[in-house]
Amino acid sequence: MSTQQIRVSVLSNRASTLLQYLVAVFFALIVLVPLVATVINGFKSPADLLADPFGLPRAWQWENYTSIIRGEAFWRQLKNSTMVVLVVALSVVVLASMPAFIFARMSFRGRDLLFQFFTLGLLLPITVLLLPLYITLRQANLVDSLWGVILPQIAFQLPSTILILRGFFAGIPRELEEAAAMDGCTSAGFFVRVLLPIMRPAIAAVVVLTMVASWNDFFLPLLVLNKEQLWTLPLGIMQFQGQFGTDWGRVLAFVALSLIPTIIFYLLAERQIVAGLTAGAVKG
Amino acid sequence: MVSSQPVKRAAAARRPRRQLGQIATIVGFLLPAMLLYSGLVLLPIIQALYYSAFRWNGLGPLQNVIGPANYIRAFNDRVFIGALSHNLQIIVLSLIFQLPLALGLALLVGRKLRGRAIFRAIFFLPFVLSQVVTGVIWNFIYRPEGGLINALLLGILPSLKPTAWLATPETVLYAVFVVITWKYFGYHMILYLAGLQNIPAELEEAAQIDGCGPFQTLRYITIPLLGSTIRLTIYLSVLGSLQIFDLVWVMTTGGPVSASDTMATYLYKFGFQRFQLGYGSAIATIMFVICFGFSLVYQRVLMRRDFE
Repeated sequence: MSTQQIRVSVLSNRASTLLQYLVAVFFALIVLVPLVATVINGFKSPADLLADPFGLPRAWQWENYTSIIRGEAFWRQLKNSTMVVLVVALSVVVLASMPAFIFARMSFRGRDLLFQFFTLGLLLPITVLLLPLYITLRQANLVDSLWGVILPQIAFQLPSTILILRGFFAGIPRELEEAAAMDGCTSAGFFVRVLLPIMRPAIAAVVVLTMVASWNDFFLPLLVLNKEQLWTLPLGIMQFQGQFGTDWGRVLAFVALSLIPTIIFYLLAERQIVAGLTAGAVKG
Repeated sequence: MVSSQPVKRAAAARRPRRQLGQIATIVGFLLPAMLLYSGLVLLPIIQALYYSAFRWNGLGPLQNVIGPANYIRAFNDRVFIGALSHNLQIIVLSLIFQLPLALGLALLVGRKLRGRAIFRAIFFLPFVLSQVVTGVIWNFIYRPEGGLINALLLGILPSLKPTAWLATPETVLYAVFVVITWKYFGYHMILYLAGLQNIPAELEEAAQIDGCGPFQTLRYITIPLLGSTIRLTIYLSVLGSLQIFDLVWVMTTGGPVSASDTMATYLYKFGFQRFQLGYGSAIATIMFVICFGFSLVYQRVLMRRDFE
């Protein structure tokens, strides 16, 4: 190659790198501008917001945020959401890791059939289940109870979690299990004392996935929770929007506050979320 | 030699007990999950099938059998057919715009770009937001007066009249689709990134040495090798589009005049708001048949080799 050619190729390389950055920054802005605008516009009065949704507030309406923080509703909804998420995540891990262990490490007649029985659930759209489920919950007196949200959420998460964990559990070398058996460990003992501790990253991945799904769930709580005292955050946001529909500053302040736990969680758990999603996708 | 005799006997005695313990473990480990799953996932499907043969408001006894009338009613209702067609339009739009965008960005932040980890994290962020939060934020963005989009357009073209994107039947579905893309392109990008990691860089380098340009490498090496991931994202995208509810409900409740109704919002309106449980169950069953049928056919035909 002559110097001329090299120079051209360096230049076109630079141009293409620049172009790549422009595209990446463009899409990053499309994601970020709505979120930043939410936080900033949460400080505006209705008139201010109408005049210029892009600029900084002319007068910072701290009251938009402080009235929510001082009130009860936001904290109550945060508490309800947190309770549901914790119970669901813990139960899903316990209830799904046991069958996953059986399907990954034990052989008996009918095992594959049973496994397929569980994975059938992956093909059933949850929306379709909700109507009859609602009737069942009503008969069981679980309407207007957090358990009416918790139990179905656990059940919905079982198939995918079993599938993901089974994949992880199957990767453990046989020798480990044999060594444990030599030392007098039963299968259950091996599961609790050896498998679960070394599988912590896999467990973390399915826990965060379950937490995201449960935290964001809207349809099921919308059906089951009529009492305001029991509302989770998504229901609260929806209701707040209806109540303060014209005062968008306030609505956005509420949304911005509800974003804080999500964003913190995301920053802490991004890697686990990605690991869980890709494991589920590759194996599912 | 002599001493091995009692050991053997002891082992033989232990074996049945061991087997019993094994069976107990299997049953004990499977049962709780099985009960919850059967009762709250499988049973409702069967119930939906059953209820759909009745006219029922959910309160009185189930006695008003009307056979397939609920299904006939659904397929004769223009609003339901409209809702179904909106689901299909969202599927088509997703396959044409959302997935290629996700693939393009995955290629962009996949390997060389400096700062790619930050871009990836930003692109993936909307996926963890709830659909409710997303919907409310975009309700604000689409606001005719004081919304970001109209403010931006007016800044460029001051003579423009503000559009009520979510209140105009001609624009509402596209407006909703933009939000769906905003929320989910990062998810598909993550899946593509995982797929890209499994393609050895040497293959692409070899193609380049053989004289392939970047687009030829993409066309003949990268995309074919991403085949299983692409098939998977299409599958997930179609199933997600068939079930979409939260976003639509928060942004438009299916309006204006049903222009953004989906099967799920239609189901909610009839099943829960008007308490026509028999009819709602028929809608649920139709959704089930469409989703399940699609899953089976797609997996049999297109994804079969991916499992092997």
